[in-house]
Amino acid sequence: MEDILKILEENARISFEDLAKLTGKKEPELRKMVNKLEKKGVIVKYKAVINKELLPGERSVLALIEVKVSPQKDVGFDAIAERIYKFPEVKSCYLLSGTYDLLLIVEGKSIHTVADFVAEKLAPLESVKGTVTHFMLKKYKEDGVILRKKKEIKRLTITY
Amino acid sequence: MDRFISHKVKNLAPSGIRQFFDLVLKTKDVVSLGVGEPDFPAPWRIREKAIYSLEQGYTSYTSNKGLLRLRLEIAHFLKKHYRLIYDPEQEILVTTGVSEGLDLAIRAVLNPQERVILVYPCYVAYPAVVELSAGRVVPLYTSFEEGFKINPEKLKELIKKYRPKAIILNYPANPTGVSYSKEELKKLWRVLSKEDLLVISDEIYDLITYDFKHTPFSAFKGAKGRTIYLGGFSKNYAMTGFRVGFACGRKELIEQMSKIHSFVMLCAPITSQLSAVEALNSQKDVEYMVKEYRRRRDFIVSELNSLGFKTLLPQGTFYCFSSVKNTGLSSLEFASLLLKKVKVAVVPGEAFGLPYKDFIRISFASPFQDLKEAILRIRKFKEQYLKN
Repeated sequence: MEDILKILEENARISFEDLAKLTGKKEPELRKMVNKLEKKGVIVKYKAVINKELLPGERSVLALIEVKVSPQKDVGFDAIAERIYKFPEVKSCYLLSGTYDLLLIVEGKSIHTVADFVAEKLAPLESVKGTVTHFMLKKYKEDGVILRKKKEIKRLTITY
Repeated sequence: MDRFISHKVKNLAPSGIRQFFDLVLKTKDVVSLGVGEPDFPAPWRIREKAIYSLEQGYTSYTSNKGLLRLRLEIAHFLKKHYRLIYDPEQEILVTTGVSEGLDLAIRAVLNPQERVILVYPCYVAYPAVVELSAGRVVPLYTSFEEGFKINPEKLKELIKKYRPKAIILNYPANPTGVSYSKEELKKLWRVLSKEDLLVISDEIYDLITYDFKHTPFSAFKGAKGRTIYLGGFSKNYAMTGFRVGFACGRKELIEQMSKIHSFVMLCAPITSQLSAVEALNSQKDVEYMVKEYRRRRDFIVSELNSLGFKTLLPQGTFYCFSSVKNTGLSSLEFASLLLKKVKVAVVPGEAFGLPYKDFIRISFASPFQDLKEAILRIRKFKEQYLKN
């Protein structure tokens, strides 16, 4: 099981045929296992890691936003977190320990759109006590993947 | 110019397949299954250590036997992993790769005309090193049917007949991937312990095993004093270019080997020695690589067998030794044609001993995608160019 997840994490587009070759399990069995993992929510979805910096034309802007909130009775941080993460601009939302509570990753077309989102949607919320916005300048590595193209490793083609 | 060249070197049999290698190096877009080293670069923490040591200005000689820190780490590793006790001060020598360790061992041990048993098919350097020391090779040929393993009875006979000074063991073995379980080794030690010969055990692939844990030969009772244990970093930690290994044995032997080493090599490169210290603390990286190799092994061996190239499941290393007998071609013909027609490179078996003309060595130290491509090409080759 762990093996299958490791392989899929590395390459979600691998065929069942290759997966069978790599794990030594039969294809139908693997289909069943993956199906189960999907149903259980262990595998949430399959997506591509895209380096948008290489795309021509319009670029989007990413910001990490630290949010200080006051928790609410009975529901703690969950209710306010839900209110915030439902905005489609919010790509990720984490509750953290430390000097602030929620960390958001927000995507917008420009610095202005992100600023507008903070000023108009986020900051006015009653439980939000303060925000700090960091705009992202460059991505080097994401989810374990180094985004720059790897240089080919030089090896002789044949040796003893 | 010929008259300036020593007879010993001139008579040293050159590799019969050099021409084939040159041809491979000249061909473009080759998918190579002919490489004897990992496809991974050395793990980052090891490379980072090398860079840092250079920044700190560690560029000097070390003591002849190697940095004491590294010898201590090696001793600690051997004790922890194999319960082997070697004194880092007197019984461990850091060498410039196992290649040097092997040369030192043979040179320290052999007088001219004395014999050494080599287990065939074997790594190409063994016979050459013996011949350079004016020694004589006693070949012990193993067969596919024997699983390319030493038959203890045969071994006994050879020892009785030729009275060799030493035997070179190599397991997990290049080129067959064969290794020995503890019980199998015990049987060999039972034969060897009754005879008076030295065991030089090249165990450079010790951490790349799949089916059972590696047992060093010197682990058997009484064997340590009669064994020179050769270990290295090249294959386990993907550090082939660092050129660093070690030799362990009785202090009298290590002393003599160190003497030669101090004249011809002085010491292993300090950058490599410091990196090796880091390597011994990078077992997680090794586990990751071995897991990858195991996947590839299972894939390639089952594909080769289903294509009709009989292949034993290797228990270690990243090689398998496949039979091409039913193609009617010799291994060199097969390899040349395979390269010419579908641009896949493999090493002809005769490189590892003349009787192995029916075999090719296939290395699976290549990314899975490359292995898959190679198998596709071999299938196409078989369908279009082979009779059977």
